[in-house]
Amino acid sequence: MHVPDGFLDAPTSVATAAVAAGGVALALRGARRELDERTAPLAGLTAAFVFAVQMVNFPVGAGTSGHLMGGVLAAVLVGPWTAVLCMTVVLVVQALLFADGGLTALGTNVTLLGLVAIAVGWAVFRLLAAVLPTTRGGVLAAAGTAAFVSVPVAALAFAGLFAVGGVADVAVGTVAAAMGGVHVLIGLGEAAITVAVVGAVLAVRPDLVHGARALRRATLLAERPTSVPAGAR
Amino acid sequence: MSTARRGRNLWVVGLAVALVVAGVVSWYASAAPDGLEWAAEQAGFLDTAEDSAAAASPLADYGVSGVGSERLSGGLAGVVGVLVTLLLAGGLALLLRHRSRDAATAED
Repeated sequence: MHVPDGFLDAPTSVATAAVAAGGVALALRGARRELDERTAPLAGLTAAFVFAVQMVNFPVGAGTSGHLMGGVLAAVLVGPWTAVLCMTVVLVVQALLFADGGLTALGTNVTLLGLVAIAVGWAVFRLLAAVLPTTRGGVLAAAGTAAFVSVPVAALAFAGLFAVGGVADVAVGTVAAAMGGVHVLIGLGEAAITVAVVGAVLAVRPDLVHGARALRRATLLAERPTSVPAGAR
Repeated sequence: MSTARRGRNLWVVGLAVALVVAGVVSWYASAAPDGLEWAAEQAGFLDTAEDSAAAASPLADYGVSGVGSERLSGGLAGVVGVLVTLLLAGGLALLLRHRSRDAATAED
């Protein structure tokens, strides 16, 4: 879901660029708390991974496709502020080098795929993680649901922007219905990929997964051995 | 296996997967319009899209201009994209990181 140039008028694009700049400025501060010697290398890898997986559009029914957005995946792995920076880097590289997503629409895309998807997705993740059991399955269920929700929410946020500043004269209900419907389906793919990747990282390095910190504390409280002997896996 | 060692392994395997996905698997991606394009077509505003000012980039639309084979062109573009993204995001993360409490205590 990369918004091209031309869909939204100049004032709306300027406004979303300002929102995006503000969000990234906050993220630059917030990410300092999330990033340390151990997690910083994972942040770079997470952005590169999201870039790669975004290239692989999967079919979602007759004549349509979708790809991972990756905001919730990144947030669960490296923390929400760092995830905003990861998504911003991915979107800047895509817009400047690959002409994927417009240049004047860059602020719109950072706002939708970075800020909106991550803010809503992270809120859903935290809420579910608080009520679900503190287990690997609980973390994965929360991550998958958050990833699923983040996609139609970002799509509807686009419809909202289109209502304010869409160049074409199209009823907002028409745009919202078309965007929301197809992005519910794409959200299922988003959830599947997010669960698969978070599950794989949890299996080898649960201590590096930002969204599984509660899991780590629970494990330590249970006084399980902290280092698993080689060959035990 | 030590935790640090598994961390390095995770990083190396993760990067290898990203390179294979962008360099090879991307060839098999669906070419159907994505959700936004499809919705724009349905709602009747797809024709308001304009070419990006970056459309003349040698990597535009995930291909390397001048490389004849489409498969090779797309794969190379993907690999370049992964490495550029890794350098930018990884460099930014390294700049922003704080020294972990453990490391700071150990050095005191």
